[in-house]
Amino acid sequence: MTSPAVIATTSLTKRFGAVLAVDHVDLDVRAGDRYGFLGPNGSGKTTVVRMLLGLVYASSGTIEVLGSPVPRRISAVLPQIGALVEAPSAYGHLSGRANLALIDAAGPGPRGRRNRKRRIAEVLDRVGLGGIDDRAVRKYSLGMRQRLGLAAALLRSPRLLILDEPTNGLDPRGIREIRDLLAELNAGGTTIFMSSHQLAEVEQLCTRVGVVDRGRLVLQDELASLRAPTGRVIVRSPDAGQAAALLDGRVVQRDADLLIVADAEPDAVNAQLVAAGMRVTEIAAERRSLEDLVLSVTGTGSDRVDAGSASRSTGRQANPPEELAETEGSSR
Amino acid sequence: MIGVELAKLARRPRGWVAIGLLCLLPVVVAVFVAVTHLAPPPGQGPALLSAVLSNGSLFPAAALAIVLPLFLPIAVAVVAGDSIAGEASSGMLRYLLARPVGRTRLLVAKLISLIAYVLVAVVAVAVTSYITGRLLFGNAPVALTSGGVTTNNVVANSLSGTGLTPEDVLFRTLGAVAFISVSMLGVGAIALFLSTLTDSSLGAALGALAALITSEVLVALNAASSISPYLPTRYWLAWLDFFRQPILWRDIDRGFAIQAVYVLVFLAAGWANFASKDVTS
Repeated sequence: MTSPAVIATTSLTKRFGAVLAVDHVDLDVRAGDRYGFLGPNGSGKTTVVRMLLGLVYASSGTIEVLGSPVPRRISAVLPQIGALVEAPSAYGHLSGRANLALIDAAGPGPRGRRNRKRRIAEVLDRVGLGGIDDRAVRKYSLGMRQRLGLAAALLRSPRLLILDEPTNGLDPRGIREIRDLLAELNAGGTTIFMSSHQLAEVEQLCTRVGVVDRGRLVLQDELASLRAPTGRVIVRSPDAGQAAALLDGRVVQRDADLLIVADAEPDAVNAQLVAAGMRVTEIAAERRSLEDLVLSVTGTGSDRVDAGSASRSTGRQANPPEELAETEGSSR
Repeated sequence: MIGVELAKLARRPRGWVAIGLLCLLPVVVAVFVAVTHLAPPPGQGPALLSAVLSNGSLFPAAALAIVLPLFLPIAVAVVAGDSIAGEASSGMLRYLLARPVGRTRLLVAKLISLIAYVLVAVVAVAVTSYITGRLLFGNAPVALTSGGVTTNNVVANSLSGTGLTPEDVLFRTLGAVAFISVSMLGVGAIALFLSTLTDSSLGAALGALAALITSEVLVALNAASSISPYLPTRYWLAWLDFFRQPILWRDIDRGFAIQAVYVLVFLAAGWANFASKDVTS
């Protein structure tokens, strides 16, 4: 079953002068997705986000958000979107409440003048700033600004949340809270499109991922199928030497007490080892971590500049998705 | 959105401080003149100041002449230069546009709040200096200056030496306020246009001031007289003609016309640029 597309781009391309920032990207985000948008620094994530919001105009290609073409019908699309683009911003000399009131009043439509106060209290509560006083935003901590930015994004109960690094600046507890909040919103029908460097974060929250590298979308798939078992089993045993002999031929790699076995069924391997009287401390089917996946399809970020390297041309041989399953090499 | 912009402007201390200083400067001048009774001779120093000693109700016009060359344009350029560039550098521009606020709407709201600011600034200077003038000069015994005529209802001397009635002074001061406001709007339009080009509000404000200074230099330069009728500051002082008897409309009309052209051209350029640009701030 495919849900209707919430974000669909075709051959989306953006040039800034001579720099090709976004190169033929075909995004496909469906209703109800929790979409993780990943990629190294400078790979074009933010430019894509800005194009989705009509802030930057595409050089070529088309964008459709919530069924309407962007930027042509942007004014119909944006009221249904809550966005956090790069860092959160606010007027530093005003309080958080005053900031939300201004941003809410700036939006279209007369709706909400009456219940603005209530809605502001509600979103502040949701992001954990319910008890905030009247101090100026300039005195907020980074985490508080981040929460305020999220509150602003949630103000109009959007159908689609576009969030750039939503957990930036938060402590582990804060990250957990925001993750729970996003999951809750998603359960209520909000589609979430978020970019993040925190792969563990994305792994725990997202259902689909897209990976960009040097402006190209190099991978886009369900996280579950990307993380399907690799057909290998990881065994940890104090008797690794004997176990390796027993599993003769199927051991792909051995590292002290750790064995990687070419077998799709951990239960069968386990049974065989235990039957032979060997101790097993850990056994599990091997899955590729999101980190391995992302690193295998992307090159260095634009913030790393090595001596003597033409950084834009190296690493162009990023693996296309089909070849992923065959990608060998140590994934531990 | 217009209400939001006005609210933002009103809640920013910076703008009020600038207006406060604008109002303060003529007061300082007035106190010195009142204490020493040493007004610059007619034709020298700030316009009209020599006439003020005889009656304080001309002081608003003198006060405007004091703040016009530098302080008023600076205040206006700072506010106008901040309009888009300030939102860009604070990072709020992207959030406003994503709210969404249409780009044209945002620009119009900024323009209207700029007009409001200019009017408040000019009127504030006129009102405070009227009060100052009446307090410091108005109740003092009228000191007759040469050529001055005074009867019961002739309270001030026009620049041409004939007396003006209070209604005359009021009408002419209002005319001057309107003329100066429109001239300042010309400055504001230039700064607003520059504000759409850069993300630095300081850069936009300084750029507008640089344009004004260039214009002043060229106006004073005989060699540039062929273009001087088209320079923005050429007719800035034309409002003094409101205080002639009879009013000399020629330069006043030209001044209004040239400022209208500057306002329209720069607003159109600002709009064209802002509506089509990539917002990457």
